[in-house]
Amino acid sequence: MDFGDSGDEADFRLRLRAWLEDHNPGLPTSSTDDEYWAGMAAWHQSLFDAGFFGMSWPRAIGGQELPSVYDVILDEELAAAGAPPRPSLGYLVEGILEHAGKDVQQRFLPGIVNGRDRWCQGFSEPDAGSDLASLRTRADRDGDEYVITGHKVWTSYSDEADYCLVLARTDHDVPKHKGISAFAVPMHQPGIEQRPLRMINGITKEFGEVIFDEARVPAADMIGAPGDGWPLAMTVVSHEREPGELGFAGRYTKLVKQLTGRVRAEPSAYDAEQVRELGWAIVEAEMLRLHVCRRLSDRLDGISHGPEGSVDKLLMTQAEQAVGHAALAIGGAGHGDGDDTWSKVYLYSRAQSVMGGTSQIQRNLVARRILGLPG
Amino acid sequence: MDVRLSPEQQALRDSAAQVVDRLGPSAVGQLDDAERVDKLDAAVAASGWRELRTAEDTRAPLASGVEAAIVADELSRGLADVPYLGPTLAAELRRLAGAPPATSSETVLLDARLSALAPVVAGAPVPGAVAIDAHGMDTALTVVAGDGGGTLASVALQPVDQRTDLTRPSAVPVASATAVVPGDPGRPLTDDDLAAWTALGLALTSADLVGTMRGAVELSCEYASSRRQYGAAIGSFQAVQHLLADAFVAMEGSRSVALHAAWAVDALAPRDALAAGAVAKAYAARAALGVCETAIQVHGGIGNTWECLAHVHLRRAMLSSDVLGGAGANLQRVLVHHGIGDADGLR
Repeated sequence: MDFGDSGDEADFRLRLRAWLEDHNPGLPTSSTDDEYWAGMAAWHQSLFDAGFFGMSWPRAIGGQELPSVYDVILDEELAAAGAPPRPSLGYLVEGILEHAGKDVQQRFLPGIVNGRDRWCQGFSEPDAGSDLASLRTRADRDGDEYVITGHKVWTSYSDEADYCLVLARTDHDVPKHKGISAFAVPMHQPGIEQRPLRMINGITKEFGEVIFDEARVPAADMIGAPGDGWPLAMTVVSHEREPGELGFAGRYTKLVKQLTGRVRAEPSAYDAEQVRELGWAIVEAEMLRLHVCRRLSDRLDGISHGPEGSVDKLLMTQAEQAVGHAALAIGGAGHGDGDDTWSKVYLYSRAQSVMGGTSQIQRNLVARRILGLPG
Repeated sequence: MDVRLSPEQQALRDSAAQVVDRLGPSAVGQLDDAERVDKLDAAVAASGWRELRTAEDTRAPLASGVEAAIVADELSRGLADVPYLGPTLAAELRRLAGAPPATSSETVLLDARLSALAPVVAGAPVPGAVAIDAHGMDTALTVVAGDGGGTLASVALQPVDQRTDLTRPSAVPVASATAVVPGDPGRPLTDDDLAAWTALGLALTSADLVGTMRGAVELSCEYASSRRQYGAAIGSFQAVQHLLADAFVAMEGSRSVALHAAWAVDALAPRDALAAGAVAKAYAARAALGVCETAIQVHGGIGNTWECLAHVHLRRAMLSSDVLGGAGANLQRVLVHHGIGDADGLR
């Protein structure tokens, strides 16, 4: 049992730290400014080119094939340097690795990992949120292609994306979980309409709706077999719940460090309650970092993703929302002082208990699948 | 980095679990079964767990903070009603001072709020101090402050009727007793020694809280699965499920910080180990109160009766929380470590 670095891990940390001194792009905080996402493509490619992305993924798709715990070091050093977090793509990569055939993997995964192709995720629909399996977007076979028609929502960064991982119904005569297939749909084509949504903190790039009106996708770009969409979706959402996959622990540590700096610079400007909020944010961010150490260590023998992802998602939410409260307490609500960064961090934090599956759904999963309570 | 327990550490955990599952109290009525308590005490004594922090020839402890925390966690899960925390912390004080091990059963003496070692003057009486985890204990150890550092001092104990934690009774100094420096008190304890000692105390009480929470969640899930209302087990209702899910999640977060604090005891410099302990204790103390309150809530009316074990978990959490400071005191330590607030918070 050792939280410390091995020799190789320490070398990696130093190499990364030295590289970051010259390569931090200085992007705004991820959740507060559309400029962040605009600069993220270059940051992704810069990390990848230097060998600091896809730490645990196979070399064949551009990964580094290192033990899972290297992501902890990556997150820690990015946070310490005040650099942007790593791109949150693990759930896509893991889903395609687990469910797609070799040819589909080779066609798409290298472009995802090296940052050349940008992807979004078309799962939720206006009438299929928590009850995802009731989705109604349809994919109809037409020669060597499928024709996609339907309405997707919460498709993060869809207007920047080259591909969308779409869940669509291909069989209407079987139970709802069994008739769903997954596709890699190219986004630059006539049958697709983008409708960006503005989040409560004002950013417009992250949230969107996508209307598919007879959009076309090659039948060969189905991920897995017909009807295999649901298991793939479950793999994707379970990874999407994992802070170790998302790299968010580093984001929280960075925000907390910035807030701590403000209080140290002018301690008398803050009352006891404001400082207390900061204290809890420090504790929660540290908890999440250590929890990720535990989970990624558990994976040293190979990947597993069971219901414990729901525990991690709830802990990540608790951490993000504690950081959000500290941002409000220390950074202020921005009523005209020229800086509304911190109020945007706070407002954005409310989405964490919804995105990737609501906290209510996560609690259902913990209760039934971990605690074994009756259904 | 690999924070999984080693095979030896897993074996230690399993053997502690076996002992407490066999001999710990499985109902409130069994707390008064002196014969059972004696058997549990003998089993813990025979295991050598109370000596994990005594010194080898090199002054290093026989086992790391991780092993000591594994035992604390398991014994607490099973509500072990025999000493472990107290004698372990006393042994650590002796080890840090380079003093020989105690010749009779010994715990530690804290101030009335249990927030720190009791401040004493050699040869003077010790009013208002409390010895924790004092079942069968003759004496308690604390430290006399001096210019060159702290010196070990011991006081004789007498039992006290008042008992919050039903599994770990306190004791108080004998009315006429004074603090006595032992024959060989070792070398003076530095501020770093005391920080290292506090770090172990925070790691062990955090582990104890994790164990209490695990036991409380298990107890409550069993009850929610068997108790029926409206023709169904109450555990099938989302209102109850969400309470228990939140309790489990709070326990899991606590487990991650407590594991790190236990590792930090021997792996990090004393001030950093203390900060790791403070993060763990702040988090776990806040979580444990909520989790044990949930256990009482899920048990309904029964949960508010003496016969239900839920309050035994809560009472145990109340003691572990207070020893060396709860959520507030440790949040203060965390802030000071980050350069905010009064440095006195570090003691």
